[in-house]
Amino acid sequence: MLTDITIGQYFPGASLLHRLDPRTKIILLFLFIIDIFVFDTPLSYGLLSLFTVSLIYFSQVPMRMMIKSIKPLWWILLFTFLINLCSVSGEAFAHIWIFALTWEGLRQAVFICLRLILLILLSSLLTFTTSPLALTDALENLMGPFKRLGMPAHELAMMMTIALRFVPTLIEETDKIMKAQKSRGSDFSSGSLLHRVKSLIPILVPLFISAFRRADELAMAMEARCYRGGVGRTQMKALRITTIDYVAYGASLLFACTLVGLKVIGI
Amino acid sequence: MEFIQVEDMSHVYYPGQENEHAALKHINLRIKQGEFIAVLGTNGSGKSTLAKHFNALLLPTSGHCYIDGLDTLNTEELWQIRQQVGMVFQNPDNQIIAAVVEDDVAFGPENLGVPPKEIRQRVTESLQAVRMERYRKFAPHLLSGGQKQRIAIAGALAMHTKCLVFDEPTAMLDPIGRTEVLATVKRLHEEAGITIVYITHFMEEAAAADRVLVMDHGEIVEDDTPAKIFIKVDEMKRRGLDVPLAAEVAWRLRRNGIHLPQDILTNEDLVVALCR
Repeated sequence: MLTDITIGQYFPGASLLHRLDPRTKIILLFLFIIDIFVFDTPLSYGLLSLFTVSLIYFSQVPMRMMIKSIKPLWWILLFTFLINLCSVSGEAFAHIWIFALTWEGLRQAVFICLRLILLILLSSLLTFTTSPLALTDALENLMGPFKRLGMPAHELAMMMTIALRFVPTLIEETDKIMKAQKSRGSDFSSGSLLHRVKSLIPILVPLFISAFRRADELAMAMEARCYRGGVGRTQMKALRITTIDYVAYGASLLFACTLVGLKVIGI
Repeated sequence: MEFIQVEDMSHVYYPGQENEHAALKHINLRIKQGEFIAVLGTNGSGKSTLAKHFNALLLPTSGHCYIDGLDTLNTEELWQIRQQVGMVFQNPDNQIIAAVVEDDVAFGPENLGVPPKEIRQRVTESLQAVRMERYRKFAPHLLSGGQKQRIAIAGALAMHTKCLVFDEPTAMLDPIGRTEVLATVKRLHEEAGITIVYITHFMEEAAAADRVLVMDHGEIVEDDTPAKIFIKVDEMKRRGLDVPLAAEVAWRLRRNGIHLPQDILTNEDLVVALCR
């Protein structure tokens, strides 16, 4: 049951989005997030939505998965929608109990929800089309300039890599421990909430002990293979900016300029 | 000087503390380049401690350990020593660092600062040497125990190591995985001339070596060819160790007055001797 968990949820593929350098994708994601917050006219929202949908289409990630990525935030979306709907003053079109629903409120509620949905979709698109390892490499690379300020960029990336590597191993182990405890008669699925939380202790304790032992052995194995931090280290899969990255930067800048233009004209 | 030369080496855990424990006592040992050595001994006899000295994961508390002429106590030469002596540990899961096989094999050369293009070439060669090139893009948790150990071997080979030290590499494997790993080890020894130090609890595996060391309470008590070690069945049993099944059967038959040669180690040896 636990083995169904997929962290990072990467969809291997060969689409344009998959082939972009992960650094490009992270930088452009930031650009689009800024776009989404700065340009708040109906036309620019329309353009941004159209753009996001076409990106999803190009990425070849199944639409079903994209919708699934919004699902966990459904309650937040609903809450935001209702708050905005009720709290903005203006011309009311209906009254429910003490709340007045206004046209302005409806407009703002729709926009803010759309904004959130676009943010979620674009960020999921990044993790769907980039392998976790490429992502950590890119983060290490982008944080490189901060190394001089004492930021342990390489160490953070190495920690992420190891964490990702051990997710399946530890999930398997949890499953094994749970089965072992169940075979001795422990019960995880009934009783009060407090009882169920308490019954997790016999799982967590052995899991932590084993994780520490693994960490110790892994550290020894890493040392045996000459690991001594990021200094003087090379990478087999070096990140490379190619033509499609330049095209992507160009297109995104053009798009941003168009939005600026529209804002200046006032549409 | 031999490839590995150990001189009057001792190792004490927690010196000066209440739980002080002398794991190695005045060991002297010479291992030639290209030898295949098996190390036997009960738990706590100091086998693993000895192995960890060969690539400076542990340092002698007294005496010296020289690897290819380099003293492990000289910390400046540490990385050169570790590059020459690769280690494969018992638990296959706890020595694989990356989430993709090829990235893991690349880990060693990356640490050594090898240029990316050469790393790729080394990864391909090492994976071919352990017959795992088909699994290049696999995630390690999808592989069997024997396959994971072969990946660990490839990881050491990619550093162009001259010697491989195995610390009970087959203890957690099923019989198929055990045969796989041992076959790989034998092939690397024969074809690539790699020096092998192989710690094991399986007497059948030790029988494949050129030379067997038996350790007991932190000392090397026997150092001879497998045939000469496994003929001393009484002594081995007294030390809490076993001998290969074929050697024991031959020993019992000999005691009952059946004439058999002295060098029976494997089932095939026994069959051949009995059918004569």
